[in-house]
Amino acid sequence: MVERESEDRDQPLLTAEGLGKSYGRLTACRDIAFALYPGEVLAIVGESGSGKSTLLQMLSAQLAPSAGRVSYRMRDGVMRDLAALGEAERRFLFRTDWGYVHQDPALGLRMAVSAGANVGERLMAVGWNHYGRIRDTATSWLERVEIDTDRIDDAPRTYSGGMRQRLQIARNLVTQPRLVFMDEPTGGLDVSVQARLLDLMRNLVGELDLAAIVVTHDLAVARLLSHRLMVMKGGRVIEAGLTDQVLDDPREPYTQLLVSSILPV
Amino acid sequence: MSAMIEVSNAEKTFTMHLQGGVQLPVVRGVSFKVDAGECVVLAGPSGAGKSSILKMMFGNYRCDSGRIGIRHQGVQIDLAKAEPRQILSVRRSTIGYVSQFLRAVPRVAAIDVVAEPLIASGVARTRAREQAGSLLRCLNIPERLWALPPSTFSGGEQQRVNIARGFISDLPILLLDEPTASLDAANRAVVVNMIDEKKRAGVAMVAIVHDDEIRHLIADRVVDVTSFAAAA
Amino acid sequence: MNAPAYNFAYLDEQTKRMIRRAILKAIAIPGYQVPFASREMPMPYGWGTGGVQVTAAILGPADVLKVIDQGSDDTTNAISIRKFFAKTAGVATTTSTADATVIQTRHRIPEAPLHSGQVLVYQVPIPEPLRFLEPRETETRRMHALGEYGLMHVKLYEDIARFGHIATSYAYPVKVNARYVMDPSPTPKFDNPKMDHCPALQLFGAGREKRIYAIPPHTSVVSLDFEDHPFTRYRFDAPCALCGAGDSYLDEIVTDDKGSRMFVCSDTDYCETRQKRGHLGSESAAPHKEKLHG
Repeated sequence: MVERESEDRDQPLLTAEGLGKSYGRLTACRDIAFALYPGEVLAIVGESGSGKSTLLQMLSAQLAPSAGRVSYRMRDGVMRDLAALGEAERRFLFRTDWGYVHQDPALGLRMAVSAGANVGERLMAVGWNHYGRIRDTATSWLERVEIDTDRIDDAPRTYSGGMRQRLQIARNLVTQPRLVFMDEPTGGLDVSVQARLLDLMRNLVGELDLAAIVVTHDLAVARLLSHRLMVMKGGRVIEAGLTDQVLDDPREPYTQLLVSSILPV
Repeated sequence: MSAMIEVSNAEKTFTMHLQGGVQLPVVRGVSFKVDAGECVVLAGPSGAGKSSILKMMFGNYRCDSGRIGIRHQGVQIDLAKAEPRQILSVRRSTIGYVSQFLRAVPRVAAIDVVAEPLIASGVARTRAREQAGSLLRCLNIPERLWALPPSTFSGGEQQRVNIARGFISDLPILLLDEPTASLDAANRAVVVNMIDEKKRAGVAMVAIVHDDEIRHLIADRVVDVTSFAAAA
Repeated sequence: MNAPAYNFAYLDEQTKRMIRRAILKAIAIPGYQVPFASREMPMPYGWGTGGVQVTAAILGPADVLKVIDQGSDDTTNAISIRKFFAKTAGVATTTSTADATVIQTRHRIPEAPLHSGQVLVYQVPIPEPLRFLEPRETETRRMHALGEYGLMHVKLYEDIARFGHIATSYAYPVKVNARYVMDPSPTPKFDNPKMDHCPALQLFGAGREKRIYAIPPHTSVVSLDFEDHPFTRYRFDAPCALCGAGDSYLDEIVTDDKGSRMFVCSDTDYCETRQKRGHLGSESAAPHKEKLHG
């Protein structure tokens, strides 16, 4: 288990206040507010057009909000408004303290560069200058995400979809981020591959004490990975609570519809 | 000394929006107390709301009104109004829940399913697995099954894994939903023993048991939930 | 005699002024690529238009110009450019490194050490060292601005993973003045150490890509490497077959169709100067293998 400062845990890691995004008269998101604490996994569930992807973009500082703000507690303990960060700071944050797992791993990887270099890039970006150590670290991360270490010199172009996704995860976790954003991390993968990936993610989140925000339309992913759940519809959060609360005791009509729509296997 | 659990006037109604908004009242006016070392059994016919009450006490079902008082880390808190974070904290260090059916993450080995609550509370993996192993042994689950996911087990075996998981950590409150259903006589006895041990250790327990004999053996008090049944 | 239609050194004065401003800016920010409005020149892109524009902007009537291509004064391109400036600027030209005030070069740095007061003008094809790894100009500009050079090390890492050593043998990336990472143009990595704390001014011109960059005299230029795979020059196993030099960059010359070859200095002026001073090598040496050491 990764040790984190105990005082950390009582302070929120990320907060959203009155967050919203509009494009002219079209409102993609409105009135989003929540606090995420260290080690918590929050799933944002909703169907296409619910605004969940827009929300994720705002939370990860890739899209400026039209209203409200997102604040993040930096490693030095200070709560900072993401909109007030300089570009250099934001990019640094994105590469060290945060991870971002794309639905399409090709967006989160350098496809033409070897797996080892993909995992090692963040290390080199923060000044690691010893080839042997970079390679050893990359090797141990490949083991951790269950990629055969013999493939360390192969480019992800030669990998299967599931392997690429696991490589993307390794690439993101190598700098020991405290917060990982995931956008439909299992979308587009075969069911058995999804299952393996979810198990891996669940274990890593636990071992590394990661906080995560996972956007998904798949309730099973939410149930498996997250502690808390927010249901979005029409740009708003219509229900929120503990994952098991929302899924076992849904209150809102839309949530009841979602839960009842899962086909039993 | 204040009670470990103090439920007062808890009420729950399901609103089925998909069925035209029909309201299904579950329970109303639920009130009872449980002290440390006590085992209170909820009794009543099927459908009376016993499981629902248990779930409300675990924070799995939300309360429409009323109070679920829990003594958490020395302080009385109202679970019905607690922040999600707090409920997570309560589940981690105060209340354990043994559900009626095992609901485990697929593909995880039985021994890891049982060890997980200990690991989550900070115990080292090897030691947690050792303890899990000895509990499973107590419950007559053969060692050759430990590395297998419990989804392949029989109903009785799954239930015993469930119990092991619920009993493994030192939580001061345990909620048990039919812990001995689908168990044979020998294993029923084992579970009754385990409940006794927990009682002696000062754990407050609330259980649902249909079997009169078991109820006799474990209950310090029986609470009849028919008095809490909400009007149809 | 000069055709009266040309301005001194071909470019009009306003253009020279613009280029000089770019050069001054480049000198003020060592290693930073300054965009400039590259003009149409009477030779196509890929033939040294960047270097020619830089030279044209800085030449004065008293300058002495040397032009080399792969170290040699007598290839077609070197001769062509030299004649171009002789015609449009009327300046004196030379093949001697020591006598020149401005040296325009393609892909080599002269062996003879440069001195203060000299200017070395490099012809550059692709100025952006990160281009092959990051095709977006918007991204590479940001990376330079923020000093984010992790990607450069990725390239070196890949080399070691694939070949066991850093395989880049020319255009080897360097860090200038401990700030900007720069492509030294396709000079062999053998020449990289000559750039470090050089007493001469080094200017780089890329005509097609429209960039100028510079290294002021006495500036630190460090080749990128890893702690456990440090930058090494390589040395050839045998000296130059013509002048016996053991420390210059050698070209391989095939002498017949039976596989005989000899290795001679790439820098023709250096070789000839040594021969004039009496240094001789064995004229036709047996085939040698290159080896990394030193």
